[in-house]
Amino acid sequence: MLKLENLTKRYNTGDLALQGIDLSIPGGQVLALIGPSGAGKSTLIRCINRLVEPTNGSAILNEVNLTKLSSRALRKSRRKMGMIFQEYALVERLTVMENVLSGRLGYVGFWKSFFRKFPKRDVNEAFRLLDRVGLLEMADKRADELSGGQRQRVGICRALIQDPDLLLVDEPTASLDPKTSRQIMRLINELCQERGLTAIINIHDVLLAQMFSQRIVGLALGNIVYDGSPEGLTPEVLTKIYGEEDWSATIEKVDDEYEEA
Amino acid sequence: MMNNVSETLYPKSWKKPPFIKRSWLRWSIIIGSILYLIAALLSMDINIQRVLEGLPRGQRFIESFFPPNFSDNRGVVWEGILESIWMAIISTVVGVALSIPIGLGAARNLAPLWVYMTCRFIIAGSRTFPEIILAIFAVKLFGFGPFAGFIALSLGTIGFFAKLLAEDIENSSPAQAEAVKATGANWFQWINYAIQPQVMPRMIGLSVYRLDINFRESAVVGIVGGGGIGATLNTAFSRYEFDTAAAILLIIIAIVMVLEYASSHLRKWVQ
Repeated sequence: MLKLENLTKRYNTGDLALQGIDLSIPGGQVLALIGPSGAGKSTLIRCINRLVEPTNGSAILNEVNLTKLSSRALRKSRRKMGMIFQEYALVERLTVMENVLSGRLGYVGFWKSFFRKFPKRDVNEAFRLLDRVGLLEMADKRADELSGGQRQRVGICRALIQDPDLLLVDEPTASLDPKTSRQIMRLINELCQERGLTAIINIHDVLLAQMFSQRIVGLALGNIVYDGSPEGLTPEVLTKIYGEEDWSATIEKVDDEYEEA
Repeated sequence: MMNNVSETLYPKSWKKPPFIKRSWLRWSIIIGSILYLIAALLSMDINIQRVLEGLPRGQRFIESFFPPNFSDNRGVVWEGILESIWMAIISTVVGVALSIPIGLGAARNLAPLWVYMTCRFIIAGSRTFPEIILAIFAVKLFGFGPFAGFIALSLGTIGFFAKLLAEDIENSSPAQAEAVKATGANWFQWINYAIQPQVMPRMIGLSVYRLDINFRESAVVGIVGGGGIGATLNTAFSRYEFDTAAAILLIIIAIVMVLEYASSHLRKWVQ
């Protein structure tokens, strides 16, 4: 479904952020991308929707080579890739509804979006999604009035209303407390199951990665150093990804004791 | 003992490192600036005699302002005020409208290099000339009257507004911009959804502030023939009607204070 071939990124500073990544992800798989800061996780997912231009190699989504697209065709392909951000990246002075509907910008014309006249179906879907994440009555609030967890839910709605095939998720829990982090990860996971979405989730927290994904890819210095099941994360593997440390407490199997609040 | 060891190893005094590290350079800058200030003061040749003579003249001048004459027999003051107000409003609206595309082009995070350079050049050009110089040009081109003043103030507004707009855009959050771009939005939608909400409150505040500036400047451009209350003020002075001039100045002060009060309220409200 998504295939990365020799994907390489060298920044203008000369830093080689991705050193020829080969990765193939079947439809419906939820993949967690782990690795230390600076390993190239953010660069990798941004090279897929070309918020960062890859230097070399290709990213192929449903037989379309994204790296070769013209800017018009790229905008069209971006509609099929929903993105969820670290620190939510909502437009803070817009209402919750405008933030959600901005996920439809690729589908509507400029003047329609300028006057906030979105098609009835889109508005209806926006309300449905807000209800699904428990924020129906927040629609007219300004985004900066919400708490962190609520903002990330709005971010999820914005990504899902695009009707994407692929979700690119960049550190969704980086600024959330442990409980909210689990709720958000569970929500993303459930929504992926409901809609049969493929997802790449960048995440710092190894435990969360193990709890909520079917496959784990470990990145270190722009190279894939682990690709396998969550159970396969042994202290040796973690040392290979992150470096020497006492890993015994990290990989203890945790009970999923947190309930949906 | 551990304590003894640490006391002998670590220094007990600490000084903030100086801003300029090389001490010879630091001291030559300090001493050089002091010497220059002294030399500059000495070369100014302040003549105490002339200052003392000027003081009573100034007193007579100010006395002739009182009482201010608000009677406005020929109706010129009222006419001048109205002309200044519409000059200020129209030039602010036109200037801001012209500033928006130029400001977008002058933001490095939106525009390619050649657009950026062009727009920055326009802004620098507008900022080089104060309104009074622009007004002299405009009067030469279009003749005396408020139209020349309007052109001068509109051009002055571009240098002010486009520059601040560009800077505000460059300081806007890249994360919000990236998020909207990732949805597949086109350039105009991206500006409308990601950039505009971030810069709008400041732009509204600056527009009102610029209206205030343009009203005050309309008094200045009038003196060189740009119409408005400045022309009336100039006439009053040249006819030695200092009491009328005083009334005009008081009216200008009152209007500026009202605008100032209104703009600070508006800025608080849009935040």
